[in-house]
Amino acid sequence: MTDHDRTDSLVPDEGIVPVSTVLPGAAGVMEEFTTPPSSQWRDVWDQFKTHKGAMIGAVLFIFIVAGVYLGPYLWSIDPTQIDIRARNQGPSWAHPFGTDQLGRDILARMMSGGQTSVSVGITAMLLALFLGSLIGVVAGFFKRLDGPLMRLTDLFLALPLLPLLLVMMLLFREPLSAAFGLERGIFILIVCAIGITSWMPTARIVRGDVLAIKEREFVLAARSIGTSNTQIITRHILPNVLSPIMVSATLGIATAIITESALSFLGLGFPPDFPTWGRLLFDGVDYLQQYPERVFWPGLAISLTVLSVNYLGDGLRDALDPRIRGR
Amino acid sequence: MLNFTIRRLVLAVPTLLFISLVIFLLLELAPGDPMAQVPLTVPPEVKEKMREALGLGQPMHIRFWKWIVQFFWIEPQVLIDSIFGTTFSEGDLRVISWQTRSPVMDIVVQRIPQTLWVVGTAYVVAILIALPIGIYSAYRQYSWFDQMGTFVSMVGFSVPPFFSGVLVIVIFSVQLGWFPSIYDTTLVVNSWDSFMLQLKQMIMPVMVLALQITAQLSRFMRASMLDNLNQDYVRTARAKGLSEYTVVMVHVLRNSMIPVVTVIALGIPAIFGGAIITEQVFKVNGIGQLLIGAIQANDLPMVQTLTFIFAVLIVLFNLIADVLYGILDPRIRYD
Repeated sequence: MTDHDRTDSLVPDEGIVPVSTVLPGAAGVMEEFTTPPSSQWRDVWDQFKTHKGAMIGAVLFIFIVAGVYLGPYLWSIDPTQIDIRARNQGPSWAHPFGTDQLGRDILARMMSGGQTSVSVGITAMLLALFLGSLIGVVAGFFKRLDGPLMRLTDLFLALPLLPLLLVMMLLFREPLSAAFGLERGIFILIVCAIGITSWMPTARIVRGDVLAIKEREFVLAARSIGTSNTQIITRHILPNVLSPIMVSATLGIATAIITESALSFLGLGFPPDFPTWGRLLFDGVDYLQQYPERVFWPGLAISLTVLSVNYLGDGLRDALDPRIRGR
Repeated sequence: MLNFTIRRLVLAVPTLLFISLVIFLLLELAPGDPMAQVPLTVPPEVKEKMREALGLGQPMHIRFWKWIVQFFWIEPQVLIDSIFGTTFSEGDLRVISWQTRSPVMDIVVQRIPQTLWVVGTAYVVAILIALPIGIYSAYRQYSWFDQMGTFVSMVGFSVPPFFSGVLVIVIFSVQLGWFPSIYDTTLVVNSWDSFMLQLKQMIMPVMVLALQITAQLSRFMRASMLDNLNQDYVRTARAKGLSEYTVVMVHVLRNSMIPVVTVIALGIPAIFGGAIITEQVFKVNGIGQLLIGAIQANDLPMVQTLTFIFAVLIVLFNLIADVLYGILDPRIRYD
């Protein structure tokens, strides 16, 4: 790359002007001799539709989430009901995925495990997203806080995350489950642990975008009519950094689900009678030789969810990038 | 460049100190008593003595200072002693594991070769596979090979190692019976047969680890090649009549390798972390399994030291990546 190429690759960056920031008056004048402008989200959706992988991913993800939350209404066997006479059964009409070593229905357990896994994924992602956007926006907008906050981000990136997560799980398990009850306590612990250790990439991306947008004329215009900092951030800056935030949201769900399953797989996640996909996989490993399908279903569920979310994020990234859109 | 390297080295010291403080405080503030397992019949004053023997009697800052001294001053001396046969560290207290009552570093040194073998081989294998895939799929962008590559690397991203590991165990050791599912670390390689055994037991863990690394690296290689393939200098190279091979493999590849090399350096610590799960799946008794065992046994000095070793690896390889970037790319000089 030469210097010329650098400026070349930077120019399209400047072009990230969401349609909403174009002055309404100008658009009105243009309307008379061009085709009516389509809204930004319409364009995004049109571009998103052309990405086949992303469409399949979106449908699959919606299907999995719906199956996990609505499935129990159709398949009303209690996942905790023990039927010791029907233990270790293979697939049948009564139990499509078979039963486990205590005769519990595996399909019902997969659904209830999926509820936990997906809700942990989404909640942890929301927490990480909130922390990441907050720190990113504050660091990008206020010059004085930029240095300290970015050093903090670097420090967090230098922490060995998986070992620390394991240590946190071990040490805070007892007090939190005593305070909030076993299941809710561990839910809070896992969500907080994953959220606190995965906000850094979002913060970096958001800060970079905020730094660029802050210098634009429309922010200057807003400031010159006396808009307060809070309003500049919420009305002018946040809508413009929405696309990187949305992309990291989808990728965040994927990481959170994998991390939660990894913790459960290492035996440091939810308790055994409270299934998640990772926990079901971990339990299935003991019966690997006799009943390999017991490992297969939860593993497949985790992998498919993460795969669909990754494709969704890929398509979203393309769709939200105005340089690609409309090509 | 030297100036920059020294500056970064100096900056790494407070970073490491901060991380060690975070790890120490996390373990310190957490509830949980190492004496909880001791029977209730043991009188309190004996319990107090046991506490002191574990080094728990003193205030927090003194213990932190002692740990720092032990880790940064005494352990290097022990290392020098064992290499040169000197006696610098004689009579000094080392970091002692609560599980085995032996120095933590001795156990770590015993475990590291297993991890290094598996992780190192996987990394090399992954790089050898990923680079050609990345180069070819960028060169033939949107061909069926590229689409396949995208799909395979998406799968590689999405299938967690605890599933792919268990899956290959089911296929290759339960169904086909080709490879052992448990990694035997007592195996001594001294003949052709034992070498084959070692090779056989390494294939599965290496395969699982390599799949993940390949997925990431090949994507990165592809993106980096694509950035360069449409540059002006490529057109110039073609225009002056260079062969297609020279254009791609010499001109484009060398420029595309710059970010990829740094990514390879940055990925090494992450691989050590990721190997924790793979080691657990295949029962490799490396440092990952040591960490899990220590966590389950509430062996705080061991957990503290191992976590800190992981942190040192991350900081070190970040530094190496930064310096490499400056060396490889003359346009980026930091000073």
